[in-house]
Amino acid sequence: MGLNWKAAIDSIPILNKAALLTLELTAGAVAIGLVIGLFMALARLSKNKLLRAGSIAYIDFFRGTPLLVQIFLVYFLVPKLLNWDTLPDNYQYIAGVLAMGLNSGAYIAEIFRAGIQSIDRGQSEAARSLGMTQGQSLRYVILPQAFKRVIPPLGNEFIALLKDSSLLSIIAIQELFYSAKIIAGRTYQPIPMYIAAALYYLVMTQLIAQWVAYMERRLGKNDLR
Amino acid sequence: MIFVKNLHKYFGKLEVLKGIDCHIREKEVVVVIGPSGSGKSTFLRCLNKLEEPTSGEIIVDGIPLNSEVNVNAIRREVGMVFQRFNLFPHMTAIQNIILAQEVVRKTSKAEARKIGLELLDKVGLSDKADEYPDRLSGGQQQRVAIARALAMKPKIMLFDETTSALDPEMVGEVLAVMKDLAREGMTMVVVTHEMGFAREVGDRVIFMDEGIIMEEGEPNEVFAHPKNPRTQAFLSKIL
Repeated sequence: MGLNWKAAIDSIPILNKAALLTLELTAGAVAIGLVIGLFMALARLSKNKLLRAGSIAYIDFFRGTPLLVQIFLVYFLVPKLLNWDTLPDNYQYIAGVLAMGLNSGAYIAEIFRAGIQSIDRGQSEAARSLGMTQGQSLRYVILPQAFKRVIPPLGNEFIALLKDSSLLSIIAIQELFYSAKIIAGRTYQPIPMYIAAALYYLVMTQLIAQWVAYMERRLGKNDLR
Repeated sequence: MIFVKNLHKYFGKLEVLKGIDCHIREKEVVVVIGPSGSGKSTFLRCLNKLEEPTSGEIIVDGIPLNSEVNVNAIRREVGMVFQRFNLFPHMTAIQNIILAQEVVRKTSKAEARKIGLELLDKVGLSDKADEYPDRLSGGQQQRVAIARALAMKPKIMLFDETTSALDPEMVGEVLAVMKDLAREGMTMVVVTHEMGFAREVGDRVIFMDEGIIMEEGEPNEVFAHPKNPRTQAFLSKIL
């Protein structure tokens, strides 16, 4: 086929840097997503109608519209809402991480909700019968058990998020896909560059999968069921 | 100690409790019997508001059961043991007993542990303190659950078919712990199918069917000379 692999090999230092940025963006989004996800899951399960409706609307919106659209929306909407005349340096990173975090928050909310609801009702009844408040029961009894059960679906979500971070190339964030594309265009070697990018993604998703499996084993050791 | 006045409970359109009136005195052991679906577990669960009564009045230890604040105050004084044990599986036996003492009673960890170990000793499980529930037999789990409830120093204990999920050979060890409690003067409301226990330990037997109290009285009297035809039919089937 006459592929020139030299371009890909020469670009390894750049791709390494870009891959690291991809990991950082994903980690930032995961952190935001976990916080939003927990809050939205609790709101969704709350007795308060307003909280419940708000949570459902949030989840529906962020699950029901494309991440690509959300990235643009956040990118243009945030400066408007905050009345910024000039954008801060590296604003695209803030917008990118925020958009991905908001999006994953919706998915993580559903994962947490399923996890919390999967815990036998007898557990909270036992906690409440001992005089614990709802919050105490949640904190000491329900969430620790639920968290164990949601590790596998959380792992899936983290992997999906890492791959979806390639969409951030659209707002000129120099993550892995963006860098591969730029080099491909400059060297006229798209195939080696995209194969290299794919391999980088594969290695990173494998790392996440391994880490999730490790967490599952570690936290699951007292749970024989 | 517990006053119940005209208690009604609906699940949707189904009326499960159709007007229960009942007074349980201090140090009394009341055994509730009846066919399944008679509402006896629902009645018990109303007493610490795990079920919300549809109407009626419940007064526990002088406190009417209505607002959320009262509910937690009352649950502290009313221990409950469940059919399915409901131990916290992510905690060892002793941690199960320590948790609510620390969180609800604000007992220090050392003191809570001391109380926990004493109670485990009392239910015959001092060697199982650091075992997780998965490693315990059903009878052992249920005894830990009793110790966990007792750690809150309740004034009243509710038992909801506590031996129904157990293998036959483990029923005795749980009943023995309950008998000890009764002997020490604990106020107890016991929903059970163990008629031997009802007879031996109960101060009073309540027979429930179709959501009402059909008959109540001294165990020997009720078992030997049931007056209500329903009671007669029920007892003839199981005795």
